[in-house]
Amino acid sequence: MNSRALSYVLAAGALVGLTALAFAVGRYPISLAELVSVLVGKSVSANVETVVLQVRGPRVLAALVVGAALAAAGTAYQGMFRNPLVSPDILGVSSGAALGAVLAIFFSQGIIVIQVFAFVGGLVAVGLVYWIGSRLRGHDPLLALVLTGVVIGTLLGSVIALLKYLADPYNQLPAITYWLLGSLAAIAPRDLAAAAPLALAGLAPMLLLRWRVNLLALPDDEARALGVDTRKLRTLVVAAATLMTAAAVAVSGIIGWIGLLIPHAARLLVGPDFGRLLPLAMLLGAAFLLAVDTLCRTIATIEVPPGVLTALIGTPFFLWLFALARRSW
Amino acid sequence: MMRYSLFLLVFISGYCIGQTAVTDVSGREIRPPAKVERVYAAGPPASLLVFAIAPEKLVGWTRAMRDNEAPFFPDRYARLPELGRLTGRGNTANVEVVLNAKADLIVDVGSTGATLASLASQVQEQTRIPYGLFDGRIESTPGTLRALGRLMGNEREAERLAAWYENELEEARRRVAGVKEHPLVYYGRSASGLQTGGKGSINVEVLEVLGARNAGAEVRPGLVTVSFEQVLLWNPEVILTTDPNYWKSVWSDPRWRAVKAVEDKRVYLSPHLPFGWFDFPPGANRLLGVWWTGKLLYPQPFGDVDLRAKTAEFHRLFYHREPTAAQLDALLAEPGVLPK
Repeated sequence: MNSRALSYVLAAGALVGLTALAFAVGRYPISLAELVSVLVGKSVSANVETVVLQVRGPRVLAALVVGAALAAAGTAYQGMFRNPLVSPDILGVSSGAALGAVLAIFFSQGIIVIQVFAFVGGLVAVGLVYWIGSRLRGHDPLLALVLTGVVIGTLLGSVIALLKYLADPYNQLPAITYWLLGSLAAIAPRDLAAAAPLALAGLAPMLLLRWRVNLLALPDDEARALGVDTRKLRTLVVAAATLMTAAAVAVSGIIGWIGLLIPHAARLLVGPDFGRLLPLAMLLGAAFLLAVDTLCRTIATIEVPPGVLTALIGTPFFLWLFALARRSW
Repeated sequence: MMRYSLFLLVFISGYCIGQTAVTDVSGREIRPPAKVERVYAAGPPASLLVFAIAPEKLVGWTRAMRDNEAPFFPDRYARLPELGRLTGRGNTANVEVVLNAKADLIVDVGSTGATLASLASQVQEQTRIPYGLFDGRIESTPGTLRALGRLMGNEREAERLAAWYENELEEARRRVAGVKEHPLVYYGRSASGLQTGGKGSINVEVLEVLGARNAGAEVRPGLVTVSFEQVLLWNPEVILTTDPNYWKSVWSDPRWRAVKAVEDKRVYLSPHLPFGWFDFPPGANRLLGVWWTGKLLYPQPFGDVDLRAKTAEFHRLFYHREPTAAQLDALLAEPGVLPK
């Protein structure tokens, strides 16, 4: 078995192991026997069933979906923009989602409205960036896009800051702060039912076009010489990545690090080819967020924000991997 | 003789200047001018107390009254201008606005850490307006009222309110004194209901006054997020909330339906007009939360407490307008406020 194949097998194995572990641990004590009974459909106490099927199960699956989605979107963007510092929110999806959620909290809305606003906000922000960016002629199209993304993101950020400033300091401000920190604590089955199909819908074109996405890393004229309409392909990749990220962020809030550094980790292991990279990045992203979220919900009586742990755990791990690998990206 | 006249001189001059130095909670000595006519309150809990003591001296609210809040106050006070907050999480007031309001005195009531004390000193130096900082906890409210009364030159009004407030707290404590079994209460904030107040947190002070058991008491003080599994593990008998969206959602959410409080239909929504009863703003307003929570948790000893009368009295004394029957109905008949 070569080292690439080994990477996939190890990542998949880690994912399966972590998933089993994540189902088994939590604040509410559930024995393995009870867990197995619930999963095979035998009757147990109502509370155990609620914990496994309504609370812990959806949360574990949501961590997998969100982690995989963020890592996939980050991988696509880094390849497309030929830039290792790009993360899924480069085109404003997180800022847009954050603004949507903050608006909904500002107007005292319930959870579903907050999530819908966040999702729509993310899509609208990227739509706006893409529309403006593609109208700035006479520049490198990628540069125009990235710059537009950065300035629109900053603009949205200041609107968020304004809303925080105007929000009720005792009630709304903490709610906004917690949303911006990100968390999977409030995941309900319906969140998963909404986010997973959307993330899959974004993933499908990426998987189907995975070999062509490599060509986006070439200069436009070279790609065109190979018969690829880079404009169309780029639009499609941006749309797919945005759909995945917006769906993830709408249910989890903003969780950083994964979309930026998991693609690097995957690249160090299997090289820059998008077709090989995408599945591994998704496996690693899912496993990593699951591990982090499992710690978040078990190490203390209170919830720990995952954004804190992703960086605390992820950074040393990443530096270690970086030092170990010899492959350039 | 010499000494006597000197003493007299000091006494008289002190009387003429009218300086009644009051030491605030940060230990700073606050010397108000002889006549305090205009008081700038730095945050909502301070506004409420200044307004209660002498409404004509309050120069403005930190945030303009919303349409649903204004009818609870006499019209001319409800229309007072919006001046912004000076302390707390982020200022919305500009020091020049404070100067322009021509205040003789600035007061803040609430938490009393070193950050706020240094802010008070700094603003006092910049504006040369005395700036006093006082404790906003429910238990400290009578003392804070008296200190404010001395600073503002309204000892009589303040004493009346303070004595009444003490009496109310005393009555509540007396009623709960014989209670052997306190129900376990979870306070659910935010749209998800997963934010709660830890031990000693100002957000759950109402529970502390009553000696009720706060499920979140085992976690650190302050606002925290907990996981749903943790709530299920606590399995509280009663849930109190300030979020109408959350209150509505518990009844249909299968996760929450597994919690005892939801199963027993003991999830209650705190009234929030014109100021919240249970949690925010963290000020004297929460006295009504003590009565409300008392009735919900201890139906026996609080059985003959007339919540309408208590509310009307508090409004008359602190908001200077007796609520109409329709207003009381609206406060208490909102879904979730009282058991069906």
